[in-house]
Amino acid sequence: MTGLKAQLNRKLHECGRDPLSLFLLGCVIAAALITFMVLSFLLGYILWQGLPNIETGLFALQYNSENVSLFPALVDTVLMVIMALAIATPLGIFAAVYLVEYASRGNRLVSLVRVTADTLAGIPSIVYGLFGMLFFVTYLKWGYSLLAGACTVAIMILPLIMRTTEEALKAIPDSYREGSYGLGAGKLRTVFAVVLPSAVPGILAGVILSIGRIVGETAALIYTAGTVAALPDGVLSSGRTLAVHMYVLASEGLYMKQAYATAVILVVIVVAINALSSRLAKQLMKGK
Amino acid sequence: MEKRKEEIMKFVFLLAACASIATVAMICLFLFANGLPTIGKIGAADFFLGERWRPANDVYGILPMILGSLYVTLGAIVVGVPVGILTAVFMARFCPEKIYNVLKPSVELLAGIPSVVYGFFGLVVMVPFIREHIGGTGSSMLTASLLLGMMILPTLISVAEAALRAVPDSYYEGALALGAGHVRSVFFTVVPAAKSGIMAAIILGMGRAVGETMAVIMVAGNQARMPIGILEGVRTMTTNIVIEMGYAADLHRDALIATAVVLFVFILIINLTFSYLKGKVVQQ
Repeated sequence: MTGLKAQLNRKLHECGRDPLSLFLLGCVIAAALITFMVLSFLLGYILWQGLPNIETGLFALQYNSENVSLFPALVDTVLMVIMALAIATPLGIFAAVYLVEYASRGNRLVSLVRVTADTLAGIPSIVYGLFGMLFFVTYLKWGYSLLAGACTVAIMILPLIMRTTEEALKAIPDSYREGSYGLGAGKLRTVFAVVLPSAVPGILAGVILSIGRIVGETAALIYTAGTVAALPDGVLSSGRTLAVHMYVLASEGLYMKQAYATAVILVVIVVAINALSSRLAKQLMKGK
Repeated sequence: MEKRKEEIMKFVFLLAACASIATVAMICLFLFANGLPTIGKIGAADFFLGERWRPANDVYGILPMILGSLYVTLGAIVVGVPVGILTAVFMARFCPEKIYNVLKPSVELLAGIPSVVYGFFGLVVMVPFIREHIGGTGSSMLTASLLLGMMILPTLISVAEAALRAVPDSYYEGALALGAGHVRSVFFTVVPAAKSGIMAAIILGMGRAVGETMAVIMVAGNQARMPIGILEGVRTMTTNIVIEMGYAADLHRDALIATAVVLFVFILIINLTFSYLKGKVVQQ
């Protein structure tokens, strides 16, 4: 703390004779404080209001209007995450492998893939939701189903997984690849036995971030996975994830206590995911 | 055999790489194939410039929603940009390491919080606050702008911070050598040099604000009429789709898809501007 104080004093002293500098310094410190306060107030409020509302009834196996259980939604969320990752992870990783390991420099396809991936990353989730509704739900006749929802969010997280895997692959020194070739391994074996295993922390960080996005997604799921609040019978039955569950509760306005409790669970999941992902990223930095 | 396997896998990788191209093509195809004929059917002028949205009478003018999206986004920029950019300056050039180690994860966490949680916070905290202390019903353009301003902070901060860090130290050192203090050196050499990057941050923030749905729906009031004041309710393009898609049929449904097409085009323009500005940063 004394170090901080000394630093601040030095800065204040330096600005003492210059009102403009003092003003600007005040502005940046105030801005940083505001940013920090927004987060602490938001988290603090949700936790303070929500924690007392977490009851055992919320985790009952069946949803009914008395217990307003979030358990089915929790199951749906987990299923959604697993299914979406099962689709998007191999696609994203393979695409990144092609871009980094196979494509030659200045390949036109590569720039097209980059442009489209950037476009995908910028599309608002409601547009994905609408597309999912038009294509998976209506055109392929899957109806409101977990599968349709999972496919929709899989497209959403594809650019994220692709980008993080690409970065992770690029960070692997060429000497690893040369070593593998030198020992007589082919390209494919080099990719699977040497390059990908060393890139695991980076890839995992991306996958975990994607989990966070799926857990928090609402707009893309309302019209693809639907809002049925029961345990699913299979991949073609409709189900609401936690975020959708929370939206429905909050917009009905009848079960605010349960909505607070759901918010706490969502926030806790997101905080845990963030912590895990940044820890992996740090590990990656250390490895370098 | 080995060679065959290599060839096959190379083809598999290539196919995976084409997945993102294919999905973008599909999204465009499905949206435009459904949306463009509808715009033609309603009449482009009536659709884009119509001031009334009355699905019951088959009147579909989306000008109120376009303006709603624009106003709310502008509001978010007015609220978010000063705080976001100044925070980025603080993090890039003023922040002692101890504070940085707290602030950086906080910003990342802010980015990770689901939009429905933001919306809920707006609904239970900001709406009542504005109703009691400022006026109106609380569900208003002002509330939506404030909430979106908070939500775009992490985008603004992380892009702007990266831009500020990319400015060569020689700029800053040159200013110091000419006798400027730390604060002046940062604000009058480093910040102007990061201009394109900061613009890119603002554009990306705009994209986030235009596309945000669930948080806006919970605080904006959602009345489908021309925006009449910052304390009155407003409906954006995104919320229009979510609110009515559940029960829309026939032309009404197609009109909602056409709304998504307009939204999509807005986002494409914003994204292209962003990539252009980012390209400029890389060139420097």
